[in-house]
Amino acid sequence: MAQQERATIAEAQAPQFELRRQLPFYVDVLRRLVREKPLGLFGGALVLLIAILAVTASWTAPFEPNQLGAGGRLEAPSTAHFFGTDNLGRDVFSRIVWGARIAMFVGFAAVVVATFISVALGLLSGYFGGWFDILVQRLVDAFIAFPALVFLLGVVAVFRDWQAPFLQREGVFSTPVFIIIISLGILFGVGQSRIIRGAVLSVSQATYVEAARAIGVGHTRMILRHILPNVMAPIITLATLGLGNAILAEATLSFLGLGVPPDVPSWGGMLSREARIHMTVGWWLAVFPGVALSAAVFGFNMLGDALRDLLDPRLRTG
Amino acid sequence: MTEYVIRRLLLAIPTVLLVMFATFMLLRLVPGDLVELMMAENPYATEEDRARIERELGLDKPIPQQFAVYLGKVLRGDFGHSPWTGRSVASELQDRLPVTVEFGFMAILIGLIIALPVGILSAVRQDTLADYAARSFAILALSVPYFFTALLLIVFPSTWWGWSPPLTYKPWSAGPIDHLYYYFWPALLLGVGLAGSVMRMTRTMMLEVLRQDYIRTAWAKGLRERAIITRHALKNALIPVVTIVGLQVGTALGGTIILESIFNIPGVGRYFIGAIFQRDYPSVQGVVLVLAVIVVLVNIVVDLTYGWLDPRIRYG
Repeated sequence: MAQQERATIAEAQAPQFELRRQLPFYVDVLRRLVREKPLGLFGGALVLLIAILAVTASWTAPFEPNQLGAGGRLEAPSTAHFFGTDNLGRDVFSRIVWGARIAMFVGFAAVVVATFISVALGLLSGYFGGWFDILVQRLVDAFIAFPALVFLLGVVAVFRDWQAPFLQREGVFSTPVFIIIISLGILFGVGQSRIIRGAVLSVSQATYVEAARAIGVGHTRMILRHILPNVMAPIITLATLGLGNAILAEATLSFLGLGVPPDVPSWGGMLSREARIHMTVGWWLAVFPGVALSAAVFGFNMLGDALRDLLDPRLRTG
Repeated sequence: MTEYVIRRLLLAIPTVLLVMFATFMLLRLVPGDLVELMMAENPYATEEDRARIERELGLDKPIPQQFAVYLGKVLRGDFGHSPWTGRSVASELQDRLPVTVEFGFMAILIGLIIALPVGILSAVRQDTLADYAARSFAILALSVPYFFTALLLIVFPSTWWGWSPPLTYKPWSAGPIDHLYYYFWPALLLGVGLAGSVMRMTRTMMLEVLRQDYIRTAWAKGLRERAIITRHALKNALIPVVTIVGLQVGTALGGTIILESIFNIPGVGRYFIGAIFQRDYPSVQGVVLVLAVIVVLVNIVVDLTYGWLDPRIRYG
């Protein structure tokens, strides 16, 4: 009887929690993005628009990107050709839409490679430490010291005459595109591994990791279940910012004439040497590809910044 | 302090060695017959040229021996010869490096002249119209590539007003004003691009410092705003800003490569691009090595300036 009484008293004294349905983490982040970060949302919308253009290029673009004489030579923008035509009569709007595809393709592929490298290096280096960590960090030091564009141009210079046996000579799935993707992936991946390593180090000291170790959790399960999910924030942020940088890097190489093959319409390539001769006559040749490129980079930068603030305020670097 | 400098320089040695090894491998990684590729680039190349190139690259010896020879040469300042002009890469660099350094320095200077005051203003007048304008400008500066702004600068003023920025190089001997004016436009474009991240960093750090107790004390003592901001806040906010500026030396180098080829500046960047197109591998190798070593050294200098900004940081 007395015992029962005590139980009811304990029940009455227990703090009353209002049961609120907890939203899944990413839904919550998305909601806060919409509510708190108008610029980030704007960036996200830009990115989404460009991604849709990239996916639907074959329907959205009114002309084939390389179709000579789709209109007259150097026609000003009109209803027939929204962004005008270039010196070979190709439709600039269609080329920009198709340019979104190569930009997004290179961007995503490079970021996948970079994320793989940075997570592998960061986890191994931060979790296991020891001589492996020391060795890798010295290599990363040397790598970070290398100016990015110098590295990229060096790699491109070395592999200019190489033809991968499993790839085409021209087009999107060609050796030059592959080289750009791999070198960007290495460049970003190694640089970002430092940040992932830092995050892994700080997570490794958390009490829940200690608790997991105490109950005998093995390395694989520890990394996959306890460490990796808790370093997702920097991984996502770095990937978003990396996409913008990868797109910019591809455009820069193509601008210099060392990027994607000439038959692939690329924003950087559209601004390159051959196009420059005609720009004094056709302003649209300079403006539209540049605006598309800037908008894509701007979109990813804004989205990445907002995600960094929402996911992991510690990462804020200005 | 001297001890610290020596230790930093010693620590830089493995990094520089790794960089040297990477540039050494550059020629060995080229798939296919390097000499054949280089010969194919120049229809006027003779058999004598082939023999000379082969001898100079020393490709017939075992790799470790080649690396030892390469190291020895590099340490004596011998970066090989361009197979086409026959000029030594070292003397090409000697002519062009000052141009690039001058250009890059001017760009970073312009970047700081824009970024620091705007960043400070943006922090001091947080959440005002000026702050929003400054922040939007910084984001734009980060997103719009220099080669695009450079094209706009070259194309539009010339069609509208018949004006274009100078595109033929003026050496110092043509008069210092002409010389500096020649750099001005490309340096402004590059500087604006660099200003974006410096400005954001300055703003963030100033905001953090301005909330500190000693700033409130300074206000309470009745100091003028100018004194508080420049003498008390700015100096404490600058350390991460200096780090960013140091990191930007690499970015600025990338920018000089692009802008030198647009504005016809006879610097290292244009030489580099030219060498890549001509398959002039010894020159490519020399440029990569020198640029990377410069960036490593600049980063040491950047670390050393921390002590001047913040005496609490002891090197030891």
